Amino acid sequence: MTWWPLIRILPQKTNLHFVKYARYAAVISVVLCVASIVACFYPGLNMGIDFRGGASMEVAKPAGQVVDLEAVRSSVSELNLGDVGVQGIARRDTNANDGSTAILRFQVPEGRDQTQVVQQVEQAVSTAVGQVTYSGVSVVGSKVSGELFTSGLMALGLAIVLMFAYIWFRFEPQFGFGAVAGLLHDVILTFGLIVLFRLEFSLNMVAAILTVIGYSMNDTVVVFDRLRENLRKYKTMPLRDVIDLSLNETLSRTIITGVTAVMVLGALAVFGGEALFGFSIALMFGIIIGTYSSIYVGAPIILLWGVKRGELADDAKPVKLGMASRP
Amino acid sequence: MIQLSRWKVILLSVSLVLGLLFAFPNALSPAQRDALPGFVPKGALNLGLDLQGGSYLLLEVDTDAMRVKRVDNLVEDVRVTLREAQININALQREQGGVVISLASNEQANAAFTALRTLAGGANQQGVQERTVSRVGGDRIRYGFTQAALDGMGATAVDQSIEVVRRRIDSLGTREPSITRQGADRIVVQAPGESDPTALERVIGQTAQLTFQMVDSENSVQDAVAGRVPPDSQLLIGDDGVTPYLVKRRVLVSGENLTRASVDADQSGRPAIGFRFDGVGARRFGEATAANIGKPFAIILDGKVISAPRINGAITGGSGIIEGQFSIAEASEMVNLLNGGALPAPLRVEERRVVTAELGADAVAAGALSTLIGFIIIVAFMILAYGFLFGGVSVLGLILNGILIVAAMSLTQATLTLPGIAGLVLTFAVAVDANVLIYERMRDEARSGRSVIASMDAGFNKAMGTIIDANLTTLVAAGIMFVFGAGPVRGFAWTLTIGVFTSMFSSVLVAQVLLAYWLKVAKPKKLPIADAETVR
Repeated sequence: MTWWPLIRILPQKTNLHFVKYARYAAVISVVLCVASIVACFYPGLNMGIDFRGGASMEVAKPAGQVVDLEAVRSSVSELNLGDVGVQGIARRDTNANDGSTAILRFQVPEGRDQTQVVQQVEQAVSTAVGQVTYSGVSVVGSKVSGELFTSGLMALGLAIVLMFAYIWFRFEPQFGFGAVAGLLHDVILTFGLIVLFRLEFSLNMVAAILTVIGYSMNDTVVVFDRLRENLRKYKTMPLRDVIDLSLNETLSRTIITGVTAVMVLGALAVFGGEALFGFSIALMFGIIIGTYSSIYVGAPIILLWGVKRGELADDAKPVKLGMASRP
Repeated sequence: MIQLSRWKVILLSVSLVLGLLFAFPNALSPAQRDALPGFVPKGALNLGLDLQGGSYLLLEVDTDAMRVKRVDNLVEDVRVTLREAQININALQREQGGVVISLASNEQANAAFTALRTLAGGANQQGVQERTVSRVGGDRIRYGFTQAALDGMGATAVDQSIEVVRRRIDSLGTREPSITRQGADRIVVQAPGESDPTALERVIGQTAQLTFQMVDSENSVQDAVAGRVPPDSQLLIGDDGVTPYLVKRRVLVSGENLTRASVDADQSGRPAIGFRFDGVGARRFGEATAANIGKPFAIILDGKVISAPRINGAITGGSGIIEGQFSIAEASEMVNLLNGGALPAPLRVEERRVVTAELGADAVAAGALSTLIGFIIIVAFMILAYGFLFGGVSVLGLILNGILIVAAMSLTQATLTLPGIAGLVLTFAVAVDANVLIYERMRDEARSGRSVIASMDAGFNKAMGTIIDANLTTLVAAGIMFVFGAGPVRGFAWTLTIGVFTSMFSSVLVAQVLLAYWLKVAKPKKLPIADAETVR
């Protein structure tokens, strides 16, 4: 059994030239980021009611009976509530798509009382299809949704700023720029992915993106930590080689942790039910993007700025090597 | 240091015992938990509304509407006071927080100023001067609330509303409702379990402002309906939603003077509402009824005339019944509302989330299943990657981590939400990361030719800084979620935070102790996870 534990058959020492390919990776990253930003406006994010305001209700009849979606739609539409969406979903208890359960979405127009609108809708539904039960109801007023959206974006912005400050404090400015570039890259691409998969952008999604930020930083810190150590150890080695060396040394950890996280989140996406699906998918891809970015965005950016290696050294002797920034 | 230090073994044993002790109540049913003796911790995981089902309502106290109403009453006071002092008002102009009164002459203005100064009175119990009167120009007087009073109104209204909402929800018999203030003028109501959200909202949504006012019998209702409403009267509709009533604006007695309401019956045995006033209310009601025998007065609840009986004689006892067209159920709900007190300001529902218990149970089942599968995947992967010894050690660390998380969540009664479960699963993945960092470091050191003990020692020491740095970033992210996030997101942040601490503790400590023990017992010549070449 020479193959087990598996870790023993991992190449003992990889010698991949990451930095060499960084410029190609940069082109791909920039193109994807631009595409993601464009996608956030056209076709735009699929805003959930947390941020857009409005209501969603789960309407169910006993198993075997059918909710007439068209009847519900036309009856509720008469209340002039803007877009009314009715969609059949799988039954909660049996998971069978037998037409007995549906999700109803509508808007609460500005200036109308939420309580009254909900009552009117419930009445309209009963007149259309008779007695039903409402299992999950969410209604968010336009005022609250606006605030939630603002605070969500503020949370994302603040997270990036704090991470920058943290890296600046723990390492040095150049590392901070690299880390922030990586973070922005991850956040933008995760947004792009949310648009691409038409996932609902909700409060939970903001939590997912914040977690991606946390994870991506985690990954970046591991790489930077090794980079700092190696910069001290190999004072004369060119910066690009030190970066390559550090990336190679941390590669096995990066892969093992990344694979573990992605597998676990995959389980969550498959078995976690509808409520966690979008959340886990966004996290999963965010982590893959985060892993990529700590190799191909964070570290090479440091190369662009260069590092003052004298300051990093344990002894204060100025070292004149690797100062020049070589893109 | 990779040696079997006594305090580490003790720390590990103590945390395992405490973890098991605090996590233990989760293995019991609620009834078994209640039967536990007092000194045993009984707190089980506190499931969020999305997992156990329940209603969440975010209410906004409409303090602006309340201020407008307070100024309405103030204007009415001015009218009555000046009329009693036989001073004619030329014009009344409302403005922010008060009113400007124009009078016919300087002398009249002087008289009015004196009368209004008496009306304004002195400072209240809290030492705040509430009303102020001032001359603006020769024959004009401003009468209104002081800025301090206006500022205080909002805060007081929210505090009072919370109290009233609490009493009303308690009267519904809802299990463990949580009513908290959010921001300046919002209230969050969370009622777990299978409570009826519609009843909850109906009970909260009513202001329950009860007033007794005279019916305006001098002017015709038809004229008022046609748009000619006299200035000191108002047009209201009856409880049936159709019948118009013309009612004097002046409030004789209001719900504030009510001491008790009860379900009663009228002479013909139909449900009615009995009421009793306090001393002040009884006196005012007595005076008003004595002065208006033969005239009708209106009993108004939340702007609707419930009934408008004729006064047959002075009612001096301070109690009576309200007749109307209600069922027993309606009457008792109204009684509960009246006894709970009136809301000082209308409440608007801004956000509501209702999850039925079945939906919550489904979420728990899905969450538990995916946690279990995630756990199995990690265990399998770690053992495949690092073998039974090193992989197994990190799995044991993971198990301790799981116990500690459940214990910490139960102990702090932090809310576990559905995204929180996702946070938990992710925590497991990040927990083994600490082990991976340590093991990879050990392999690095072994590769550079160090002995087993030296490389294991260096592995722990050098990896520690990285582990702390890396985990701090997750803590920062979680902190932000906690500050900015609402409901479920906060739960997620909290789970993540607890997870960071327990996983750093357990994965490092368990590995240190167990691997030190293995070193001592097995005295290995080579590192089992070292590269194949090095082993040879």
